[in-house]
Amino acid sequence: MTEASTRALPPQLAELVEDFAGVGPKDRLQLLLELSQELPELPERYADAASTMEQVHECQSPLFLAVEVGPDPEQHVHLFFSAPPEAPTTRGFASIMSTGLDGEAAADVLAVPDDFYIALGLGEAVSPLRLRGMAAMLARIKKQVRAATAS
Amino acid sequence: MGPSNDTDPKLAAYAHPERLVTTEWLAQHLDDDGIVVVESDEDVLLYDTGHIPGAVKVDWHTELNDPVTRDYVDGERFAQICGERGITRDTTVVFYGDRNNWWATYALWVFSLFGHPDVRILDGGRAKWVAEGRELTTEQPKPAAVEYPVVERDDATIRAFKDDVRAHLGKPLVDVRSPGEYSGELLHMPDYPQEGAVRGGHIPGAASVPWARAAAEDATFKPRADLEAIYQQEQGLSPDDDVVAYCRIGERSSHTWFVLTHLLGFSRVRNYDGSWTEWGNSVRVPIAQGSERGSA
Repeated sequence: MTEASTRALPPQLAELVEDFAGVGPKDRLQLLLELSQELPELPERYADAASTMEQVHECQSPLFLAVEVGPDPEQHVHLFFSAPPEAPTTRGFASIMSTGLDGEAAADVLAVPDDFYIALGLGEAVSPLRLRGMAAMLARIKKQVRAATAS
Repeated sequence: MGPSNDTDPKLAAYAHPERLVTTEWLAQHLDDDGIVVVESDEDVLLYDTGHIPGAVKVDWHTELNDPVTRDYVDGERFAQICGERGITRDTTVVFYGDRNNWWATYALWVFSLFGHPDVRILDGGRAKWVAEGRELTTEQPKPAAVEYPVVERDDATIRAFKDDVRAHLGKPLVDVRSPGEYSGELLHMPDYPQEGAVRGGHIPGAASVPWARAAAEDATFKPRADLEAIYQQEQGLSPDDDVVAYCRIGERSSHTWFVLTHLLGFSRVRNYDGSWTEWGNSVRVPIAQGSERGSA
């Protein structure tokens, strides 16, 4: 990954990309597993995920996503995810988004390159097919951020 | 001599009961010599969150596929995969996994391409083992590497290629995808990513029997009589038919291949692993759309 493209990423996300890129494929999988265990619990208001959140159909296992954009001038973005424990890969992808993007300004979230996940180097470890869920997650987050900031 | 067979009465009714074991049987034979348990899942990390004690992992995407050519690994690589997991040619390999053993039957089918003699499925797979509160561990087994012979893959007996299927038109075909994929309304599984077919529909003449109809609520295989009712009475297939099963990339259809071959005793079933992602992208192959089988 070139320095120019790292600079476009929010600091937490850039750090994650560096962590992944810095280790071999087996350790990348271990890192993803640890992240999957750190996915924050849903707050009470999203308890009924299926009716209050958006489903990411591109993920192999059920994943629900909610995006909140704050009323402050920078429009800070908050992300909420729901995925079952028997879908650790999907949870890991969600955790990357949560760790990397939660609390960032709307403009910074929208500026994340759509293909940033390639730099994580997970293609070899989890297969490119499985990685599509991550691209879809980012696309849906951006879409919701755009919708929330347009009004 | 290998381990005994499971004599469970439900299994005994199947054509080849020696291809299945119950969770109870496996729990009692986990420490037996000559058995290796293999977990094969859709989710590449699921094994690492906890698995049956002593079980090793085989990932279909990253391990059983050739990384470059759209094909399975060759005999040399297969020998390596087995050898480093402590599997010899004489080992009893018991497969289990998530989603009604979908990927476990796929792994078993690939092992069968190499003619591995003793392959079995844990009836009910991961879901049943977990539901029964049986032991899981995150401890990684460290099997001593063993010698597995380099065996040439047999692509003629249980595998079909596109040209084989063209020559097969007019004979029994089973499409195991969802009804929407079969009719052509959907180009991919419901709730799954688009995996790139430019045309929707099915191979003319194919019967529509979604694969999961063979699974019961608890992820076990349905009893033999129920399976006969679906495949034989309802669909009119017969055990001496020459049958080709397909889906999207050949994984769901290996589940149906297992059911027809080992549970119902069909003598000639081939899995077309090119499946819809090949057929639906091929120039000038015949396609039928809608809920009718159509004819070639």
